[in-house]
Amino acid sequence: MSNEEIKLVISELLPTASFEEAGEWLNIGIEAADWKDAAQKLRNCAAAPFNFLFCLTCVDWKTHFTMVYHLRSTTTLDNIVVKVKLDRTNPEVMTVCDIWRGAELFEREVYDLFGVIFLEHPDLRRLLLTDDWVGYPLRKDYEDPINMIKL
Amino acid sequence: MVEEIGKTAEGDLIINVGPQHPATHGVLHLVITLNGETIKKVEPHLGYIHRSIEKMCESLTYRQFIYSTSRMDYLSAHINNHACALTVEKGLGIEIPARAQVIRVLMDELTRIASHELWWGAMAMDLGAFTPFFHAFRERESINDIMEETCGARLTMNYMVPGGVMMDLHPNFQNRVKTFLKLYKLKIHEYDELVTGNIIFQNRMKGVGYLSKEAAISYGVTGPAARGSGVSCDVRKLYPYEIYHQLQFDEILETEGDSFARYMVRLREMNESIKIIEQLIDNIPDGDFQAKTKAVLKLPKGEFYQLVETARGELGVYIVSEGGTTPYRIKFRSPGFSNLSCLDHITRGGKIGDLIASMGTLDLVIPDIDR
Repeated sequence: MSNEEIKLVISELLPTASFEEAGEWLNIGIEAADWKDAAQKLRNCAAAPFNFLFCLTCVDWKTHFTMVYHLRSTTTLDNIVVKVKLDRTNPEVMTVCDIWRGAELFEREVYDLFGVIFLEHPDLRRLLLTDDWVGYPLRKDYEDPINMIKL
Repeated sequence: MVEEIGKTAEGDLIINVGPQHPATHGVLHLVITLNGETIKKVEPHLGYIHRSIEKMCESLTYRQFIYSTSRMDYLSAHINNHACALTVEKGLGIEIPARAQVIRVLMDELTRIASHELWWGAMAMDLGAFTPFFHAFRERESINDIMEETCGARLTMNYMVPGGVMMDLHPNFQNRVKTFLKLYKLKIHEYDELVTGNIIFQNRMKGVGYLSKEAAISYGVTGPAARGSGVSCDVRKLYPYEIYHQLQFDEILETEGDSFARYMVRLREMNESIKIIEQLIDNIPDGDFQAKTKAVLKLPKGEFYQLVETARGELGVYIVSEGGTTPYRIKFRSPGFSNLSCLDHITRGGKIGDLIASMGTLDLVIPDIDR
């Protein structure tokens, strides 16, 4: 399907979603409160079930966080990008690891490096860093005088 | 609640595999909960080789950051570089010369064979057969020699740069590749005779580490590990880049979903790579090996994502640019990371002895997971 066709399908499915043209794939903006419900609908979308979460990450925009979910439908081979804006002082969003099982490790990584809290995640612990690490390294305001090399 | 050291409240045994264990091929640490010999839970502990490449890349320019990606999946170094170069080119909107495209694909496929060779040797060694390792390295060495001659390095090549490749092919390249092809065809039947047909090997692999098609998709498994479960996910076929859409090759699919299916996919994939190399080696077009680019690259404001098929699966490079000379945020969607997430699922309920066979066929490279 072309981006326009996907847009039609998804605007019917999620009336509150906003759309943005950025990059080659359709970008869909969803409110953090609606995300869990929307994720379930996208996963079960009849025209193109987005059953494959191939990338999950976060971007620190200094004023807010944006969670970026890259989804693919393995039947129609369409890709979409879902963006969920989070408050920077209290970043919280519902987990999706019961919908896409692969999200479990991705979400632990984002928690580890950005400090985003995934509500109802079964095992939210640090993944790459040690348990007693202070701070979240991929945040833009993170400072570490010993380990960080500035060029 | 831990009542006794190394035991859970239910009396299950907890053992650690790694971070220094020959079968984890690097510093992967698995905490395994065992009931007798049956696995109840496998919990990976990561980060022993975490270098925060994503954070480092935020302060490196678009020409510099490519070098750190060779250190992720060091067995597919070329393909990692390729993915980054393609993403930057997508952002700049430049076309690269036909010669550079062919060289890139040739190098990618040679890398894929070298990577699968190493996996095959190490896999057999994990299961107790030592000889295959030497057989695999015999062929792999000749690929490394070809790489060394053209790129100057055997493992972390850093040969692909935005706009093409760093330097032209060595004059010996074509001859050496043809010699390698001849050698490979003479020897490949040994692989089947030595390992694939072995009844002990088959008994240890068949029906072990079962991954269903639905689970493979849900866990985000890609590459040969997913194709063993019948998931069509070869990026070279689904979202072709460079000249892959003009080439004749098959996507290898098996439907059993066990360790043996994943083993067969990789073994047969090597032959497909040989097919691609044969189509290209006599048809390398003349011309420039690099497009003209500015000394300082600046990507326009926006987001760029490029998918590439490495030897392990789908590598995604996600660049968020604010218009500067360095990426604002970069994310590497590494295939090993997602493939690891299904390890608990495929080994749970099985025997501890089968863990190595299941893990070996996922072909995990730890620096790729930790980044």
